[in-house]
Amino acid sequence: MSVSDYEPVIGLEVHTQLQTKTKMFCGCAAAYAGAEPNTHVCPVCLALPGVLPVINKQAVEYAFMVGLALNCEIPEASKFDRKNYPYPDLLKGYQISQYDLPFNINGWLTVDVDGESSRIGVTRAHLEEDTAKLIHKRENGTSHTLMDVNRAGVPLLEIVSEPDIRTPAQARAYLQKLRLIVQTLGVSTGNMEDGAMRADVNVSVRRVGTIAFGVKVEVKNLNSARSVQRALEYEIQRQAQAVDRGETIQQETRGFDEDRGITVSQRSKEEAHDYRYFPEPDLPPVFITTEWIDSIRARLPELPDARRDRYASQFELSRYDAAQLTSSLPVSQFFEAAVAGNAKPKVAANWIQGELFRILRERDAELEALPLQPEHLAEVLNLVDEGTITQAIAKQVFEEAATTGTAPRKIVADRGLVQISDTGELEQIVAKAIAANPQAANDYRAGKVQAKGFLTGAVMKETRGKANPATVGEILERQLGSA
Amino acid sequence: MELYELTIQQALEAMRLGETSSAELTRSSLDRIDALDAKVGAFLVVAGERAQAEARQADERRRRGETAPLLGIPIALKDIFCTRGIQTTCASRILEGFVPPYDATLVSRLTAAGAVMIGKTNMDEFAMGSSTENSAYQLTHNPWDLDRVPGGSSGGSAAAVAAGFAAGAFGTDTGGSIRQPAALCGVVGMKPTYGRVSRYGMIAFASSLDQAGPFARTVADCALLLETVAGPDPNDSTSLPDPVPAYSANLECDLRGLRVGVPDEYFAAGMEPGVEQAVRRAIDVLSELGAEIKPVTMPHTEYALAAYYLIAPAEASANLSRYDGVKYGLRASNANTMELYTRTRGQGFGAEVKRRIMLGTYALSAGYYDAYYVKAQKVRTLIKSDFDRAFESFDVLVAPTSPTVAFPLGARTDDPLAMYLSDVCTLPPSLAGLPALSLPCGLSDGLPVGLQIVGPALGEQIVLQVAAAYERAGGWNARVAPLT
Repeated sequence: MSVSDYEPVIGLEVHTQLQTKTKMFCGCAAAYAGAEPNTHVCPVCLALPGVLPVINKQAVEYAFMVGLALNCEIPEASKFDRKNYPYPDLLKGYQISQYDLPFNINGWLTVDVDGESSRIGVTRAHLEEDTAKLIHKRENGTSHTLMDVNRAGVPLLEIVSEPDIRTPAQARAYLQKLRLIVQTLGVSTGNMEDGAMRADVNVSVRRVGTIAFGVKVEVKNLNSARSVQRALEYEIQRQAQAVDRGETIQQETRGFDEDRGITVSQRSKEEAHDYRYFPEPDLPPVFITTEWIDSIRARLPELPDARRDRYASQFELSRYDAAQLTSSLPVSQFFEAAVAGNAKPKVAANWIQGELFRILRERDAELEALPLQPEHLAEVLNLVDEGTITQAIAKQVFEEAATTGTAPRKIVADRGLVQISDTGELEQIVAKAIAANPQAANDYRAGKVQAKGFLTGAVMKETRGKANPATVGEILERQLGSA
Repeated sequence: MELYELTIQQALEAMRLGETSSAELTRSSLDRIDALDAKVGAFLVVAGERAQAEARQADERRRRGETAPLLGIPIALKDIFCTRGIQTTCASRILEGFVPPYDATLVSRLTAAGAVMIGKTNMDEFAMGSSTENSAYQLTHNPWDLDRVPGGSSGGSAAAVAAGFAAGAFGTDTGGSIRQPAALCGVVGMKPTYGRVSRYGMIAFASSLDQAGPFARTVADCALLLETVAGPDPNDSTSLPDPVPAYSANLECDLRGLRVGVPDEYFAAGMEPGVEQAVRRAIDVLSELGAEIKPVTMPHTEYALAAYYLIAPAEASANLSRYDGVKYGLRASNANTMELYTRTRGQGFGAEVKRRIMLGTYALSAGYYDAYYVKAQKVRTLIKSDFDRAFESFDVLVAPTSPTVAFPLGARTDDPLAMYLSDVCTLPPSLAGLPALSLPCGLSDGLPVGLQIVGPALGEQIVLQVAAAYERAGGWNARVAPLT
C-alpha cells in the first residue's frame, strides 16, 4: 500500500473575533490592539466577586449574520452555558459559551479549488468569550507569567465544519472563504496573523473507499491559511505512512512547527476535559423571532457567492474569472472601482488576474499594502486604448504604479514612454532589424511564420517596448515582402 | 425608650420632628455595639468613623431640606455585599483583605437613599450554612441565648437587628438564609421573589436561588427597606423589569375572606412541639382576623432538600472557581500554577465550602449530570407547580419557618445532614423563586419562633399586608432581645 491509497478526512474549527464596540458580556471596549495592558477592564471581565454578565446584542446579531451567510438554520430559542475548566487566563474558572442550543446549526459554504467547486458543511456557529492573554517571561533563570486582561471577554464566534474537507488545499480555501465572508459582512477582520481568526484542524486518514473514520488528531497553533495547508500536508503524510506500517494513530493534540514544517506531539494535553457544561444561570434564554431574523437578513450586504454570480452576468465574465475577482474583498472592491473609472470589465478582469496577482505573489503582499489605486488600472487601460502606450509598456507602468503609487500618466510623461507612432522612425528600425537578422528574414520569406515574431521581438527590444507591435508587423510584412 | 430601640419608621419621624439626629442614632448604635458585640459577635467590621461621617452628612442634607427614604438610618450589611473601599470577605479566608473597587447595586441604592452603613456582619462562609458557625473568622451568638446559634447564613445581620445594634440590616437568602435566622433571632426577615432585587455585587453562591432581603423589627420597616433596594438593574440580567410598588404605603389590609393555605407537609417529623404550638396559635390569630384557613397538600415537598443540595452546590462549584489566588484575596506560596490553585483553595476554603464544591462538581460531571443536576431541576419544576396549583385556591400560604428554635452552638456541626434539615421549611419557596417572609409569633422555652408567610410570584405586597395584620394582633411588639 502507498500513501495515495489513503484519503484524509478534515474538519476545521475556526474562532473569529467579532468587531463589536464592546465586549461580549460587559461594556469594555472590544478593540484592544495597541492598548496598554489591563486598561480595557472592569469588574465584570476581571471576574471580581459579585459581578454578572450582560449579553452584547450586537454580537448576537453579528452571529446571526454569519449564520445566515453560511446558510444555517436558526432555532427559536438559544442559550448560553458555562464551560468549566481551570486555567489562569480564564478568570472566572469557566467560559460562558454555548453547548447544546447554539445560535446557528446545519449550514454550508462552497469552496472553489482549481476551478472545482465543492460544498463544505458547517455544523454550528456559536458565541463565546475570549480569554485573557498570558505573556511568559524568562529573567535571570526564573520564569514568570504576566496576564493582560484586555482580551478577556472579547466576543468570539466559533464555527465548526463538518468533516467534509478532503484536501489541504480545500482546507485553505475554506478558511479563505470564511475570512471573505466575515470581512464582507463587516463583523470581523478575519486576520489570522494577529489572532482575530484562529483555526484548529482535525484530521484523520482512511483507506480510499472505506466509510469508517480513522483516529482523529487535532493540530493547533496555526497562524495562517498557508500554515494550515502545510500542517495538513505533513500530518496526512505522517498518518498515512504510520497506518500503512500497521501503527495505530494516537488520538492527541499536536502543534505545528512553522520553521520545520512538521507537526509535533503536545502530549502534555492528556485526557479529554470534562467541561461539566450547564446552562448559564445568570443569563436568561434568548428567544429568536422570525421578524428579528428577517430584519437582519434584509440588512445583509451582497455576499461573495452572489457577487460572483453578479459579476458573471453583469460583466459577462466566466464563473472562474468572477470567482477569482471575488476571492477577496479588497480585490473585488478594486475591480469595481476600476470599472467605475471606465476600465472595460473583461480587460480589467484579465489584468487583475494576470498582472496584479503576479505582482502580489512575487512580493508576497496583500493588495491593501500596495499604494496602487483602482484609478491607476483604469488609467493604464485608457492609455493603451488611446494608443499612447503599448501593452508591453503598460505592464511596466502598472508595475511602477504598484510600487510608487504614482499616477500612470505621470509615469509615462516622466519616463518618456509614449508609443512610437512616427512611421518613418519605425521603417528605419524595422529595416535595421531585417538587415541584422538575415537568417530570420529568409526563414520568413520561406514561409516560416514564427520568424516574423522573432523579428518583431527584435524591433520591440530595440525600441524598448515603445513600438506598436501591430504597426511593426505591417511594416515588416511590407519590407520583407518587397525584397 | 432608648434610641437603639426605635424602629426605622420611628427614627425617621423623630429626625423629621427634630427630636433626634442621625449622628445621635448612629452614636447610639455604635455605643451599644461597643458595649455588647464582644458577646454577640455580629460584626466582622464596624465602620465607626465612616458611619459617623455619613451620619453628619445625612443630618446636613436633612437640614438643607432634602428628603430620602432612609436618610440618616444606620443599616448593617452582610459581608457578602461588595462595599467599595471596605473589606468584603464572605466570612472566608480566601477573601481576607479583599477590598472591592465597586459597590453592589443594593449598596449604591442604600447610599442614594441616605442610609448610614454601620458595618459588615458575620455569616456562614460563602453563605453556606444554617448557623453562622461556618464563618472562618468568629462565632455569632444568638442575642436571646448566647450559647445558641443565631441561625444562618445571615446570622450576623439577624443578630445585629435582634440585639438593637441597628434598626435594619440586609442579608441574603438562598435556601432560607434570611428567614431562618430571622425566626431564630426573633426579628422580621424577608426573601423577595427571585429577580426582585439586583444580585450585582452580591457575591454569588447559587445564582438561580440567591436573593437579597431586609431584616428589621417590624413589617413596616422591612417593607421600606425592600422597596428602597428593589427594582430592575441593567447590570443583572436576571432582575425583573416590573416596577416596584410602594410596599410601605400599602400595608393596611382587611384579612376577611383572605384564603390562607397551610401545607400539611411542613408540619412533618422533627418539629419541636413548642414551635408547632406557637405557629398554630398564630394561624388561629389569622383566623380570628377573618381569614379562611384550609390545609393544602404540596406533594413534592419531601424532595426539596435533595433537589436543593444538588442544584445549589452545582452552581456554587462554578461560582467559586474564580477564587484561585491569581487575581485577588489569598495567594498561597506555590512552586507552580497547580500548587497556586490547590494550596490557595486548600488553605482558603472551609470544610463546608469544600464539601459543597465537591458535591456540586460531582453532580455536574460526565455520566452524572443527567441523573443528578438535570433531574434535580426537573424536580424543582414539580415543586414550583405544587405552589402554582396552591395559589389557584389560596392567596398566601403559612407555615413554620424553622422546625426548631435556636439550637446550641456546636450541636449540629458534626452532622452536616442534621444541619441541612434546618431548612426543610424554607427550601421549597426558594426553589420556586417565590416571596417569603418570617416574623416572630411567640416564644418556646424562652426562644423566638418564626411564622413563615409565602406568596405568589411578585406577591410581596400581599405577603407584607398579611404579616402586618398578624403583627398588629400578634403581640410581639418589635421587642429587642433582652441582652445585657
